[in-house]
Amino acid sequence: MIQLNINNKVYEVDASADMPLLWAIRDLVGLTGTKFGCGIAQCGACTVHVNGTPVRSCSFPVGAAAGKMITTIEGVNEKIGEAVKKAWIELQVPQCGYCQSGQIMSATALLKSKPHPTDADIDAAMQGNLCRCGTYQRIRSAIHRAAEMI
Amino acid sequence: MEKSNNTQSRRSFLKVSSITGGGMMIGFSWLANLIPHEAIAGATATKDWIELTGFIKIFPDNRITILSPNPEFGQNVITSLPMLIAEELEVDWKKIKVEQGDYDTPRFKRQFTGGSQAMRMAWKPLRTAGATARFMLLQAAANEWDVPLAELTASNAVVTHKASNRTITYGALATAAAKLTAPANITLKKSGEFSLIGTPQKNVEGSKIVVGKSLFTMDYKQEGMLIAMAIHPTAFGMKLKSFDASEALKMPGIKDVFEIQVYKDGYVKAGFDTRTFNNLVVVVGNTTWEVMNARKKVVIQWESFEAYKEFSGMGNNKREDTIPAGLESTESHMKQMYEMQKKPGKVLRKDGDPEAAFAKAKKIMEKTYSAPFLPHNTMEPISCFAHITEDKALFVAPIQIPDMMKQSITANLGITADKIDMKLARMGGGFGRRAYGHYIVEAGLISQKMKAPIKLIYTREDDMSNGVYRPSYMVTYKAAIDENKNVTAIHVKGGGIPENAIHENRFPAGAFENYLAEGWDIPTNITIGAFRAPRSNFIASAEQSFLDELAEAIGKDPIDYRIELLKKAKANPVGKNNEYDAERYIGVLELVKKKSDWGNPKNKTVKRGVAAYFCHNSYAAHVVDLTMKDGQPVVQNVVSALDCGVVVNPEGAKNMIEGAIVDGIGNVLFGGLRFEKGVPIQKNFNQYRMIRMKEAPKKIDIYFVQNNIDPTGLGEPPFPPIFAAFANALYKATGKRHYHQPFINALNKS
Ligand code: FES
Ligand code: FES
Repeated sequence: MIQLNINNKVYEVDASADMPLLWAIRDLVGLTGTKFGCGIAQCGACTVHVNGTPVRSCSFPVGAAAGKMITTIEGVNEKIGEAVKKAWIELQVPQCGYCQSGQIMSATALLKSKPHPTDADIDAAMQGNLCRCGTYQRIRSAIHRAAEMI
Repeated sequence: MEKSNNTQSRRSFLKVSSITGGGMMIGFSWLANLIPHEAIAGATATKDWIELTGFIKIFPDNRITILSPNPEFGQNVITSLPMLIAEELEVDWKKIKVEQGDYDTPRFKRQFTGGSQAMRMAWKPLRTAGATARFMLLQAAANEWDVPLAELTASNAVVTHKASNRTITYGALATAAAKLTAPANITLKKSGEFSLIGTPQKNVEGSKIVVGKSLFTMDYKQEGMLIAMAIHPTAFGMKLKSFDASEALKMPGIKDVFEIQVYKDGYVKAGFDTRTFNNLVVVVGNTTWEVMNARKKVVIQWESFEAYKEFSGMGNNKREDTIPAGLESTESHMKQMYEMQKKPGKVLRKDGDPEAAFAKAKKIMEKTYSAPFLPHNTMEPISCFAHITEDKALFVAPIQIPDMMKQSITANLGITADKIDMKLARMGGGFGRRAYGHYIVEAGLISQKMKAPIKLIYTREDDMSNGVYRPSYMVTYKAAIDENKNVTAIHVKGGGIPENAIHENRFPAGAFENYLAEGWDIPTNITIGAFRAPRSNFIASAEQSFLDELAEAIGKDPIDYRIELLKKAKANPVGKNNEYDAERYIGVLELVKKKSDWGNPKNKTVKRGVAAYFCHNSYAAHVVDLTMKDGQPVVQNVVSALDCGVVVNPEGAKNMIEGAIVDGIGNVLFGGLRFEKGVPIQKNFNQYRMIRMKEAPKKIDIYFVQNNIDPTGLGEPPFPPIFAAFANALYKATGKRHYHQPFINALNKS
């Protein structure tokens, strides 16, 4: 049994330590906001925060997450996260929406470390998050907008 | 006032049925009486309210829900289609709840996501549904108060009789309204009277998306559900020979490993059945990770197949295709295509005497363009939930055209159509890929075998290497130029694997006295299918690059030259079958010219390119501004002009156009799946390069031609011309023309 603290709730999961955190969250805990896109840390759809740092949960063993504070899209609720979600709605970022959990997790982490990111900061922080629908420029504007709101 | 005349049987025109506990539900039947009225009426009368489908649900407490018929894959019809109903219903959009309709095409008549036709086809029917419901509610109020209907007004779901200062809610009227007969004719608002249509409205599912609510098939689960994955041959041209599952079956959490055959022997393919890998090895287990691990332990022998015949088509439209044997490669594809270019093709259109014009030409400009296979790479990989029991076949499916799967489901799963219960999950992208629902049959077969609810999941590698790809194409454009720099003839010749991309009756046909179009095709065993603006997405890139180079060769401005040709085609069209409206074409070019300050750009550091195209009934033109940084193009700005008729929801429309622009730039720069010995070489995003944040345009400005034309298409039209607008700007920035997609290969070499 592995103990996971997800969004300030403790879950006991019966998983081998090498199971990616993504599948523990989705299949065992049952939170499906965190998405599967590639499984090899190339698309960012599965981004969650572990102790405040964005990680690709598809490539992060659940064993290594034990005892750490995990935040998923469902648990984004402090000031910065709320501003990001608000900006996402205000600027109507999503198209299909599948990548957006991961985008929001990456954007929230960026704004936590850099409350007023430049375009270059955004390029660097968001480079690992694919959006097949092409919402990149709206994501960029929404990050700037969220920065204004905080 | 616009009259909507219901030409079909009055009786089946509108289905009204009362709902337990009061309230009214209106479903709508148009186009044709595909199923008898009684069938629908019976279904709605006996079912519980929540399970019913239709367009409008009115609750006694005046809550109103509108159902969106079309599958949603990011084009935001789930907002814009209900807006059509709400406009005529006279309700407060902010108070409306929208729900996705389940698969029930007999009721909705059209549940089709593809071909940019949603708004075009729904424009009158859905407004008529709203207007009809409003009329019946007004009539119910008129009866209740015994006043003439003409004295009543409806607004915000309330009917008012001004003379007596009385009001009553739709909720209070619904039960009585449901008993009335639908009117045979209904008057629709005309364009100046819209209060909702044409206003920017937010995506009705936006607030769910940003909190990670389960909306997608991938997220669906049910008690006792198992996870399944399907292993397909490693190469096109191969099939399953044998497998040994003994090790895999010992793995933790594994329930079974077995073979499925997707299409039955002798099955005549229809609709959107595709030439998928037919025999798959399926691994079923408790969790995704366990199945992922176990599938690696299955030992499989594949073998090459012999050429075989495939039958498809419906009614009189039967087709027989020979699927060639062999393991194909990108390199041999290119060789084959160059070979075909040397031989005469099939004449698709000929105007005047092009041969003579070329013989007399002072100068001939000839350029060859090519593009590779493209995987759709929807962000959500292919998935499908199925639970087949004796009395019901439940699917939760990401599918663009559910009704097109009916035949395949019934024939290959041996269940009758009335048992199909399909929920249309929000799709994590589609782009044409999810028109081909072989995965629904696959999921159904697995559920039947397991006698359990299952969710079939493709990994990214499965998704990319078991695709329904955009074909690979090649085309050569040739222009005859006389001593006065007049272009006297155009010759276009090209083909593809396995289809050619030439639209012989589109511009520049019609603008040249002498014109010849020839095509050819090369069969393949690689699975191909529709990809956002099929064929157009390649031919526009070639044609619009060629016109740019041609304008330069004869010393003309690229926008002015296009307009000059289009004016000629408008005043004196050559040939009879020209598909485009030259005036609307000119309209987008003039608009983009103005909005981009074409002759005098504000930003002097950028290099610009232009392109325009017509497809799916709409017109699009783009101006791309780019700069080079470390040998790589950076798109600073895109100015777009669109003529798609009336724009219902400008917010969603702009988002979709932006998406098309990013999609096009990504594909022209990076897109391309390579094959070696039948194997798709790139299998995941570490090998397959997609456009990312850094390469996306810094800014996109979109303008619509203002007119009152009924909506035409929008999802696809802005996509084809962005390829060439980018290519033409890249030429200006680098001094080098690029002819072979993806351009990144040449850019990285130089
Ligand atoms: S699924 Fe983890 S990065 Fe793509
Ligand atoms: S919104 Fe569809 S992948 Fe980003």
